[in-house]
Amino acid sequence: MKIKHETSERHVLTVLVDNESGILAKIAGLFTSRGYNIDSLTVADITDNHAVSRITIVTRGPPAQIDQIEAQLERLVPVHKVVDLTALGPHLERELALIKVAGTGEKRVEALRLADVFRARVVDSTTSSFVFELTGVPDKIDSFIGLMRELGLVEVGRTGIVGMMRGAEAA
Amino acid sequence: MSEERSGAEILVEGLVKQGVEFVFGYPGGAVLPIYDSLFGDERIRHILVRHEAGAAHAAEGYARSTGKPGVVLVTSGPGATNAMTGVADAFLDSIPLVVITGQVATNLIGSDAFQEADTVGISRHCTKHNYLVKDPAELAATIDEAFQIATTGRPGPVLIDIPKDVQVASATLHDGAPQRRNRYTPRTEGSADEIAQAIELIANAKAPVFYTGGGVVNSGPRATELLRELQAKTGAPLTTTLMGLGSFPADHPDWLGMLGMHGTYEANLAMNQADLIVCIGARFDDRVTGRLDAFAPNSTKIHIDIDRSSINKVVPVDLPIVGDCATVLAQLLEAWGKRKPADLSAWKARIDEWRTRDSLAFPKSDIEIMPQLAVQRLYELTKDRNPIISTEVGQHQMWAAQHYQFFEPNRWLTSGGLGTMGYGMPAAIGAQLGNPDDLVIDIAGDASIQMNIQEMGTATQYRLPIKVFILNNRWMGMVRQWQELTYESRYSQSYSDSLPDFVKLAEAYGWKGLRLENVSQLDDGIRAMIDHPGPVIVDCCVSDEANCFPMIPSGASHVEMILYGDTVAGTMDDEAKALV
Repeated sequence: MKIKHETSERHVLTVLVDNESGILAKIAGLFTSRGYNIDSLTVADITDNHAVSRITIVTRGPPAQIDQIEAQLERLVPVHKVVDLTALGPHLERELALIKVAGTGEKRVEALRLADVFRARVVDSTTSSFVFELTGVPDKIDSFIGLMRELGLVEVGRTGIVGMMRGAEAA
Repeated sequence: MSEERSGAEILVEGLVKQGVEFVFGYPGGAVLPIYDSLFGDERIRHILVRHEAGAAHAAEGYARSTGKPGVVLVTSGPGATNAMTGVADAFLDSIPLVVITGQVATNLIGSDAFQEADTVGISRHCTKHNYLVKDPAELAATIDEAFQIATTGRPGPVLIDIPKDVQVASATLHDGAPQRRNRYTPRTEGSADEIAQAIELIANAKAPVFYTGGGVVNSGPRATELLRELQAKTGAPLTTTLMGLGSFPADHPDWLGMLGMHGTYEANLAMNQADLIVCIGARFDDRVTGRLDAFAPNSTKIHIDIDRSSINKVVPVDLPIVGDCATVLAQLLEAWGKRKPADLSAWKARIDEWRTRDSLAFPKSDIEIMPQLAVQRLYELTKDRNPIISTEVGQHQMWAAQHYQFFEPNRWLTSGGLGTMGYGMPAAIGAQLGNPDDLVIDIAGDASIQMNIQEMGTATQYRLPIKVFILNNRWMGMVRQWQELTYESRYSQSYSDSLPDFVKLAEAYGWKGLRLENVSQLDDGIRAMIDHPGPVIVDCCVSDEANCFPMIPSGASHVEMILYGDTVAGTMDDEAKALV
């Protein structure tokens, strides 16, 4: 007997939750205990009184499983609202990355030139290194990192995705 | 008026405010302040169990038989981990529990202190919600919210972990209702459009089946009444899951019996051939559906459930209605109005043909007690007492479900979802406390009963006249049956060796013990059990190789049932073996 795998879709979900202790463990644990995937997860509180946090989760699964994920998240008491941005329509996805590159001579110049093309900002520099700050869709960050690999990439830090619907309305 | 009280006192006041009659618990280091507050308090009766798993199951039995939440109080570490099986059981069967666990003092949390366990972490995925309370000022509101969450929406266990210093420290206890956040507001009503669509589907179905579950019982007695009313108005045949037994009278002409793996032939065939399935408060569990791609292939499906995540989880449905069973049933009845039932005579004639298979039949014996016969006689001789029946898990549980007849909700206590051996006796203890004048019987197996046998002491201490009726076949019968049917009778570790003498055991605990060894002793033995005013163990020695049929083998569809007398290969392919 062989284990079967189903084809899956990538979805970006935003989740509004009570900012209470253990909530992140609850959500992360829900994904592991029910066998769902997490590609990326970001969280930060978004209200003045720190009462509510917004979580953006990028997940992958067959369509029926994506629907289940939404339902299972909604079932948690501290969860107020779950929105599937991918299902809802045109939306933004942004990620921030810090990328450290070390090198001298032509490589260093080329790194700076490419950073300009990608609109990455230099947030730290020494005579032999840069730290770039880059925001954008994950693909853009991937390709920038790919280029830097040839030019002396030292270290990468990425935030994971934050998403939001386009247009005037709240999702 | 407000006054300074300790966390432990605030907890006790909170429980009293919620109308708690019984707390099922076991003391230990991290709950000593709470036990001190309970000392001499006559408003709450503490039931001392012998093992924390017993406390959780007893609270479940109390909750299931009374409709009120069960309350558990255990200490940190092993107290909490021992109780966790019962908590997980309540989670899967949607039983309202509030579980209070002691925790080491806040400054010791995370230090691997004596009897420390990460109770909130361990219980995270087997509770509906859980809390670690770090300030006694939050206790009153937390308790209030915990009871609300446990008892509304889809019921379930809620755990409150209270560090020892929080029990000792003081806070202001205000009179009146605590300030709760009211953030939990489950949807209870179907939309008018959904109800109208459902009525159209029901009215036009040629071969409808109502498939109902534990949700109808959980929704309260009104849901049962409304279900019967809707069935009467529509004339549709009805089957229930294991958890739904009692919500429909077992002698009704449209009653199909239980469905699923050990359900009746007529119930499963009706599900397979139906053109409309109305699922009410059930969740298409794998024990019910059998092979998914062959489940009810030609039917339109309506699913009424209070938990949105139950819908489309296993089986995709055509019309989901998220709502409370009683509320939605009332909406359906109102929308049905004065319509006449459709002519279902052709459908019912087909069902009657399936009934003639007599799928619950079993071989007779003049000497040996057949376990099915034992349950049938138990039913006949106790039915006028309208008893509460609990079970353990295994063959005896299925025989009880098949051969005992249920007419009312809340009279049938069994571990359905988690399938916890050892559930039955503590559940009977909880049920007896909640229903002191009723006859409470645990139909048990010789293996299961040993999993919480220590609770005999609890029944003795509180003078609870529960009856434990053991169908003793000297095997873990269901395991043995599967090994016979799928592993060519290689009985790996399923023999119950070194069984205790249950009669002597009963006597050792101050119970009455009876042993029944052949058919001629059966009726008198059951009568003697009922007539004894105290707790009784009946060691009913039954045929040791009886199997529980009908049976849908793992990985098979509803039409591939095995009945008594069928030849079974004794092997199974890997795909089917993996399904179990």
